[in-house]
Amino acid sequence: MPHDHPHDHHDDDFHHSGMSPSGHPYREDDDHPLTYWQTMEIAMRELLIEKGILTPAEIAAQIDEMDSRSPSNGAAVVARAWNDPAFKTRLLADASIASREMGYDIGPLRLIALENTADTHNIIVCTLCSCYPRNLLGLPPDWYKSRAYRSRVVKEPRKVLAEFGVTLPDDTTVRVHDSTADMRYIVLPARPDGTDGWSADKLAALVTRDSMIGVGVPKPTT
Amino acid sequence: MAEQVRVKTMMPPGHVRTPAYLRGKCGVIERELGDFANPERAAYRLKKEMQPLVRVRFLMSEVWGEAAENPTDTLDAEIYAHWLEKVEIADAT
Repeated sequence: MPHDHPHDHHDDDFHHSGMSPSGHPYREDDDHPLTYWQTMEIAMRELLIEKGILTPAEIAAQIDEMDSRSPSNGAAVVARAWNDPAFKTRLLADASIASREMGYDIGPLRLIALENTADTHNIIVCTLCSCYPRNLLGLPPDWYKSRAYRSRVVKEPRKVLAEFGVTLPDDTTVRVHDSTADMRYIVLPARPDGTDGWSADKLAALVTRDSMIGVGVPKPTT
Repeated sequence: MAEQVRVKTMMPPGHVRTPAYLRGKCGVIERELGDFANPERAAYRLKKEMQPLVRVRFLMSEVWGEAAENPTDTLDAEIYAHWLEKVEIADAT
């Protein structure tokens, strides 16, 4: 690719551009003014602190709390549901209450658990934005927010599943759940065969993030 | 038999949470969820208006017609009551 500038940066070692020695592009420095929304965020945060509504420590604690959520929360809920029939009944009746019971509070939102069975496979999506069960799975993966996933999974879920490595028999019913409003969803994958007598911790290690979104299945037991 | 409903075809501007691809489509009420604040007002800090919210289950054949990947697969979405009209059984698709 032709360039109209020399590739000799020896006079200017503090401004990297082009490729690093390992062959990856340098990320450009963010030497630009704050955007409108960055300014608004800082102004709002400073006002909340100045007016004594929140302390900086509370804001930091909330960010820590959000960052600490990960798919291991959801895996613990799924593993318990596999091992504890009474909990599974509670989870399917009201997943907000059942997950709160395990310390994963969804706040004012409501959670619905969708059970995969021998003849039904559930998948979740938010076609309008990126609604996701963050209390159980943490932050959504980038592909979950992509236009390609959001627009395709409601129209050709089986093709999308196949691209994730899951091919379903024709007689399995696929149910796609579009999180359009106040509900959030978590898929309860089918318990893998050959796991009788396993502890909840051992079972949880089989439960992947993708299996709880419905684009995957639990890890094989061998 | 589950109650049949049709999503209204109106196209109002603003913060609408009824997906355009479901407007005009018929489905059955999968479950009732209770009353929730209408986001079309809440988004603009207008006086709170509660609306019943329901999960509607659509057949893929209803949503996508001949283009459906598998006609008997389903799509569920949460729709606020003011977006739904009843479908008479004789009229149901």
